[in-house]
Amino acid sequence: MNKPLRRIAIFCGLLVLALLVRTNYLQFVQAEELKTDTKNRRVDIARYAQPRGNIIVDGKSVTGSTIVNGNDFKYKRTYKNGKLWAPVTGYASQGFGATQLENLYDPILTGDDDRLFFNRTIDMLTGKPQKGGNVVTTLDAKAQKAAYDGLGDAKGAVAAINPKTGAILALANKPSYDPSNFAGVGKKDSEAYNALQKKNDPDDPMLNRALRQTYPPGSTFKVVTAAAGLESGKYDVDSKTDSPDPYRLPGTTRDLGNEGNIPQCKNASIRVALQWSCNTVFAKMSHELGNDEMIEAAEKFGFKKDVKGGTLDPDLDMPVRPAKSIYPKDIASQNAQAGIGQASNRATPLQMAMVAAAVANDGKLMKPYMVDQLVAPNLNVIEQTKPKELSQPISAENAQKLQSAMETVVKDGTGKPGQIPGFTVGGKTGTAQHGENNKDNPYAWFISYAKTGDGSPVAVAVVVESSDTLRDDIAGGKLAAPVAKRVMEAVLKGKQ
Amino acid sequence: MSSNLTTTGSNTTVSSGGLPSRRNTELALLVFAVLIPVFAYANVGLAMDDRLPSGMLGYGFGLALLAGVGHLVVRRWAPYADPLLLPLATLLNGIGLVIIWRLDQSERLQTRAKLLFGAFSPDAPNQLMYSAIGLALFVAILVVLKDHRVLQRYTYISMAVGLVLLVLPVFFPARNGAKIWVSLGPLNLQPGEFVKILIAVFFAGYLMVKRDALALASRRFMGLYLPRGRDLGPILVVWALSLMILVFETDLGTSLLFFGLFVIMLYVATERTSWIVFGLLLSAGGAAAVATFEPHVQDRVQAWLHPFAKETMAQSDQIAQSLWAFGSGGVLGSGWGQGNSDLIGFAANSDFILATVGEELGLTGTMAILILYGLIVERGVRISLAARDPFGKLLAVGLSGAFGLQVFVVAGGVMGLIPLTGMTMPFLASGGSSVLANWALIGILIRISDTARRPAPAPAPSPDAEMTQVVRPS
Repeated sequence: MNKPLRRIAIFCGLLVLALLVRTNYLQFVQAEELKTDTKNRRVDIARYAQPRGNIIVDGKSVTGSTIVNGNDFKYKRTYKNGKLWAPVTGYASQGFGATQLENLYDPILTGDDDRLFFNRTIDMLTGKPQKGGNVVTTLDAKAQKAAYDGLGDAKGAVAAINPKTGAILALANKPSYDPSNFAGVGKKDSEAYNALQKKNDPDDPMLNRALRQTYPPGSTFKVVTAAAGLESGKYDVDSKTDSPDPYRLPGTTRDLGNEGNIPQCKNASIRVALQWSCNTVFAKMSHELGNDEMIEAAEKFGFKKDVKGGTLDPDLDMPVRPAKSIYPKDIASQNAQAGIGQASNRATPLQMAMVAAAVANDGKLMKPYMVDQLVAPNLNVIEQTKPKELSQPISAENAQKLQSAMETVVKDGTGKPGQIPGFTVGGKTGTAQHGENNKDNPYAWFISYAKTGDGSPVAVAVVVESSDTLRDDIAGGKLAAPVAKRVMEAVLKGKQ
Repeated sequence: MSSNLTTTGSNTTVSSGGLPSRRNTELALLVFAVLIPVFAYANVGLAMDDRLPSGMLGYGFGLALLAGVGHLVVRRWAPYADPLLLPLATLLNGIGLVIIWRLDQSERLQTRAKLLFGAFSPDAPNQLMYSAIGLALFVAILVVLKDHRVLQRYTYISMAVGLVLLVLPVFFPARNGAKIWVSLGPLNLQPGEFVKILIAVFFAGYLMVKRDALALASRRFMGLYLPRGRDLGPILVVWALSLMILVFETDLGTSLLFFGLFVIMLYVATERTSWIVFGLLLSAGGAAAVATFEPHVQDRVQAWLHPFAKETMAQSDQIAQSLWAFGSGGVLGSGWGQGNSDLIGFAANSDFILATVGEELGLTGTMAILILYGLIVERGVRISLAARDPFGKLLAVGLSGAFGLQVFVVAGGVMGLIPLTGMTMPFLASGGSSVLANWALIGILIRISDTARRPAPAPAPSPDAEMTQVVRPS
């Protein structure tokens, strides 16, 4: 009987071997995946097992932790002025997970990051509890407040960038939400969270409009079309463009006019056309450049031509991932309208701030980023973001020509409300139609930058969603430009 | 391997020489088998409450006392027994006690118990008591059972008692979807645990008698030796029985265990590979057939295939929780008392106890525990190899095979390797029946190993031997 016995011995060995292989697979190969699975409650438990590190703006933390000693959770997240900072921080809730910086830097904030291994070990050896690191943002508290207060009760969003580095200075939304209200797991937290969901609040306060909502950019997009025109060499900033008024859309019998009767638009130069926001000139320019060349120009500014692979744009991670802005591949008549920011042209406020920033920075588009440093609990810097050039959508020479045209807009054109005494400001207004037959209230846009002696420290994009009072003339100049002005002033004052 | 074994040539398992009893090896190993759980116990206390647990001395002495009594009894009544089995069982039992005590401290499980049953009662004291009773059973077996061949007399009685115990749970209400319990007042027994020993005894006795008929009287067909119809009868009966367990008691594990056990013993008895093929075909066919109409089995398979699917989670998140526990443990584990394996909730300290090992001791600890089980099984098969009588051989391989299958079925289920079945990890898991039955199993194995390694009576003087001495050159 010994031969089969030996085989049984081997068989039993194989059973144990199968178990050993399986446990290696589970606990080594798959371990990370299982450990960080968001449905794994340990992720939430670890997140609140010690006071969480903080998110810092201008040297002050906008977050905090309070001890609650719950069944699973020892600490709870708190927010200072949560509504103001929610678009930046996102939220960390015991019951509803985490988003944005709270989510992306969770390992740093909890202290579990591999780069904090040394700190953890020292703490463990000296018997101290684990501590989380801090996330230092690039935001400017004054600019953020100016943006948030400037929007007032209107729905809208503001994005402000430092054109020289790409650092985000302001990122504000209206309406907003206070993440403190649902940071726990209780009944109140659930109620607060549910009330904020889109199905219960049509205003969708948890939507991060500045990064994740795309709007038709309207006339602000003319800056991109103008840049494409200048780059093509076929146009110059002050030479006539041979444009009729009205302009018949190619391949149709439809005439495109301007907002109101603006005689200057006929045969206007780029400067004059920007100053008066002539649809006719830029629609024609977009058509003459062609869809492909327009797509190429828009892509250099950060647009994409479709949503293949998702509606979010990983190329622009900062590190929160913004939505893709789209300059569409389309037929000639649509392309002509897309050239004035209509048709299927869609952009986030961040994207339009990038357009203004690229022009202001003499054509160099810096990659936007909102986290400056990651700091260990002992204040050692463990990661420092270095400004990075994303592309050069327009030559320095052409950028300066475009700047002078945008400055004309603010000095003598539709952008007058954006003027700041003592500083040079360049900008462009926009009024985007939307809805079927344009029956919905339009969006008011303003993109601008301000200059000091050594270049531009701030570029900003403001969008204000519908307002009933200004049905016909919602011109970006009236609603959006004053907000942009406040943001720019806040930054400029900080510089002095 | 001792030196005098190697000199006997290639067949090291049968030797008539005076083997060392290896009792001191066993004692040395037992010291570790007691110290490791005691340190683990201290570790849990330090991790969870920052102080040494108050019951540490009592627990340490208790475990040492059990191990000491076990050792002395083996020394006195089974001096040639395998030296590894007692320390391995003691170590696993001790570690199991620590894990159960650690899970008793879990606030989460306490709250859960209060919510569901109105009160929480710790399991560790019970487990300690059952461990003591289990060891008493072990002692009783060694003292009373002087020779394992005595069991041969009870072949058919074992079968009868085994069948009664198997059928009994049908008359009791199902607990958690499986009818494997017998409830007598406060006592909840899982007769299946004992049945595996009884059935192994029956198979060993039955096959010893019938093995020649089964092995030789067969027809050759397509390269396989097919048994005669009349020999096939009892096998089909066992097969039908195991399927009935599956259907009426919805107990996948026990069913698999019995049939696997039977096929292993049949193969060893007859040395016919055809039996394995036949057995695999029967079990696969039976399982597939039952799975088509038994929703309980289908659910288990679905939960195994898609542990994280919404439908599975809505029904029970046990497997997902178990997998998360293993994954979160990683290579080194969170450390004693610092994991969250109590999230598993139901059966965290019985069927799913290995998940706590996985999370708190990590891959390292899980591998160590699995290897401990593997050692028990392989020592068991080795005892079978060394045994001198066919009954002992069959019984030893049956018992260790059943033990190995059970470990595989439970651990595989908890780790998501195979569909989950309701069975307990031998020695580790909380549960009186399991502890008692497994100590009895170890007792019988130790008895067989003692008989196997006991020096044979001195051979009668052989004339050949005399002759060779005469011609010995001087």
